[in-house]
Amino acid sequence: MAKPIELEINGKRYSLQCDPGTPLLSALRDELGLTGTKYGCGEGQCGACTVLMDGVPRRSCQIPVSAAAAKSITTIEGLEKAGHLHPVQQAFLDAGAFQCAYCTSGMILSSVGLLSTNRNPTSAEIIQSLQGNICRCGTYPRIIEAVHLAAKSMQERGQ
Amino acid sequence: MSGSSVKFVPEPERYEFAAGPMHHFELARRDFFKFLGAGIAVFAVAKDSLAKQETAPTQGFHQEELPKDITAWLHIGEDGNVTAFTGKVEIGQNIRTSLAQTVADELRVPFESVTMVTADTALTPFDFGTVGSRSMPTMSPQLRRAASAARDLLVAAAAKEWNVPAEGLTAADGKVTDPASGRSVRYAELARGKTLAQNLPVEDPVTPPDQWTIAGKSVPKKSARSFVTGEHKYTPDLRRPGMLFGKILRPPSFGATLTSYDAKAAQAMPGVFVVRDGDFIGAAASSESDALKALATIHAEWKEVPQTSSKELFSYLKENASPKSDERSRRTKGSVEDGLTAAAHRLDATYTVAFIAHAPLEPRAALAEWTDEKLTVWTGSQRPFAVRDELASVFHVPEINVRVIVPDTGSAYGGKHTSDAALEAARLARAAGRPVQVVWTREEEFTWAYFRPAGVMEIKSGIAADGALTAWEFRNYNCGMSGIDTPYVVSNQYIQFHSTQCPLRSGSYRGLAATANFFARECHMDELAHAAQMDPLAFRLKNLADPRLQAVLEAAAKSFGWPRKKTQEGQGFGIAGGLEKGGYVATCAEVAVDRSSGAVRVVRMTTAYECGAIVNPDGLRNQVIGANIQGLGGALFESIEFENGRITNPRFSRYRVPRFRDLPEIEALLLNRKDLPSAGAGETPIMAVAPAIGNAIFHATGTRLRTLPMVPNGLAPSRS
Repeated sequence: MAKPIELEINGKRYSLQCDPGTPLLSALRDELGLTGTKYGCGEGQCGACTVLMDGVPRRSCQIPVSAAAAKSITTIEGLEKAGHLHPVQQAFLDAGAFQCAYCTSGMILSSVGLLSTNRNPTSAEIIQSLQGNICRCGTYPRIIEAVHLAAKSMQERGQ
Repeated sequence: MSGSSVKFVPEPERYEFAAGPMHHFELARRDFFKFLGAGIAVFAVAKDSLAKQETAPTQGFHQEELPKDITAWLHIGEDGNVTAFTGKVEIGQNIRTSLAQTVADELRVPFESVTMVTADTALTPFDFGTVGSRSMPTMSPQLRRAASAARDLLVAAAAKEWNVPAEGLTAADGKVTDPASGRSVRYAELARGKTLAQNLPVEDPVTPPDQWTIAGKSVPKKSARSFVTGEHKYTPDLRRPGMLFGKILRPPSFGATLTSYDAKAAQAMPGVFVVRDGDFIGAAASSESDALKALATIHAEWKEVPQTSSKELFSYLKENASPKSDERSRRTKGSVEDGLTAAAHRLDATYTVAFIAHAPLEPRAALAEWTDEKLTVWTGSQRPFAVRDELASVFHVPEINVRVIVPDTGSAYGGKHTSDAALEAARLARAAGRPVQVVWTREEEFTWAYFRPAGVMEIKSGIAADGALTAWEFRNYNCGMSGIDTPYVVSNQYIQFHSTQCPLRSGSYRGLAATANFFARECHMDELAHAAQMDPLAFRLKNLADPRLQAVLEAAAKSFGWPRKKTQEGQGFGIAGGLEKGGYVATCAEVAVDRSSGAVRVVRMTTAYECGAIVNPDGLRNQVIGANIQGLGGALFESIEFENGRITNPRFSRYRVPRFRDLPEIEALLLNRKDLPSAGAGETPIMAVAPAIGNAIFHATGTRLRTLPMVPNGLAPSRS
């Protein structure tokens, strides 16, 4: 038996017995039941599988689980704290920034990543930062609006 | 509903999948109360003419026999909670919310108290499918009738309790009130301990749009929170005890047949189930990677057949057109020849559209579970009842033993009408004796799904010296007949759809053939306007008699500032419009063309849309803007490339879809016609996008682009 892989996801530690080359996306969805992270393309082109790795948005379909060991990983399930939505989640709700919402987890995590390095992004910066995330329903304008809303709300809370 | 009704005109549409099931088996009324608890329910019964309207939307479809047994449309429980049932599917178009508004509005209960049960063949009344923008024009009035009937029951129950005539009582805010005495009683109390049932009336006066209180307003999406927390389970997110993951060994090319097969190594792998059934080869295992490893050990040889390529697509479509002229696909009026003779300007032009993919972000997926001889399948499908019937037929089990459930799905755009993944999962699950989930990869999705049909449109036209149309000949090869008619007044017309051999599996796509037909017609109208030296809007208005189409064109033009003067090099403005599926649309577009690089950027779009009385303005706006953005892809760069039975660009890195950077400034103008019944909005708002952009590119550069996509590699400098 290979050595188990230790992962830290949403603040919890997991020990996984799997092939170290398994994509993090599969480990999350199939081993750990964290299905909020979506498969969309398997080639890092659509952004549906985005998670935060040490706070940086990464495509979990492109990361072998071994490379995620010893990193702090945040998935969509880890954003809500004590029943309170993350300001970005709340902003997506308030802006109605989805239709089918299959891209939403990835959009939210990419936006959280952006706002952690740029507290008040311009629309051009949001576009630049989310260019790798596809929304086939075309709710892009509302997603931009949601990121602006979230930035405002996070500044007001001093986050 | 009041006002003139928009009749759904039967169209023999080649690419709307059409087949009706032969039988229906539903829960009987008694079972229903057992299932839902006591209360008040409204049922559908056989020969319900309104349900018939829903089940057989077009002439070409199998005329559906109606449910022989009874299914419920609506239930009011002893706790006052309302459950409404519909076979419609939530695919992002927000139908769960809009229909809940409709029910709440008609029943006079708070929006929050209504729960919609959708797309579960064991629970919801038969439904043909979530297709053709039909949910608003047919399902919404259907549920209103159910709600209205339930309200009548509640009022009658209160009248009986108080021993007063029902006529004087009013229903509002979840209560029945007697204005004479001031007494009131909550619906919940009236429902308590009762099992009252009413059959759905054929006609029932329902609330006209100008008296709506909950419908007509923006309300938050039902269960929106579950989408931002990742909690909502799409089909690929479902897990069942003992579930295996299934993968399919695909043939190397379309139409390939299996000639030799050796799966000994795969069969020897522990925990792996291998199935070969005809040309179907699949494996199920406890992980996707194990299933893939098993497939990799299988030796399969295939006989391939030579096939055409996208390079020769349009000549192929023309050369293989059916020589038989189909009268059903033809509309004629006057004599085109006479009209051309009388014309001051004549124009002859050919337009083409490529195959494109829906590429829904949630790929085709299904989870199948057999329990004894009963099969339950969860799948993202627009046609759960058709999937049920196909499963029953393929597995030789009675329909009553098959249940298909559609979780709210990661979009479809007309692309999820078939039962492919459901059949695959069910076949593997049957062999494994355990639940099996099949989720297609993006490459499978781009290859083995079906495409928006490619096509060729030929137009011959003539105009008089004053710009009035004198002749209109329009031929469409392969796309279909949706939107093939011209909305313009022209006394000499010949319109013909030609069927032909289609080299790729094709099917419904948002708007069907109308997107292609609008593109050809509205670009051609622009060409004619220039020939007549008229403003393109003025030219259209001159040739129009339809006030609703005039209204959207004028609304879009006014807000856009039409006609606009170019203020910089490479700038251009275009307009297009039309009507389809009861909705009226006009789009104005501004483009910026960089003459040196050939880069084309859509800077701004204004789309005016009118679909009768608006049920949910926010939801409608989301649909209109989303359709405009999706339309950019097919207009500018989306195209499926293929060669010898293989798709050569089956991934997002090679098939470009609209992204954030492609986003123009978009304005949606919603014209609310409370005097008209609500039409759908999922499709028509996409239709004027491509021609408006094409016309703007011509205005900017003098280059007329007659092929979709127009600029997959930018505008060639030599062409400008």
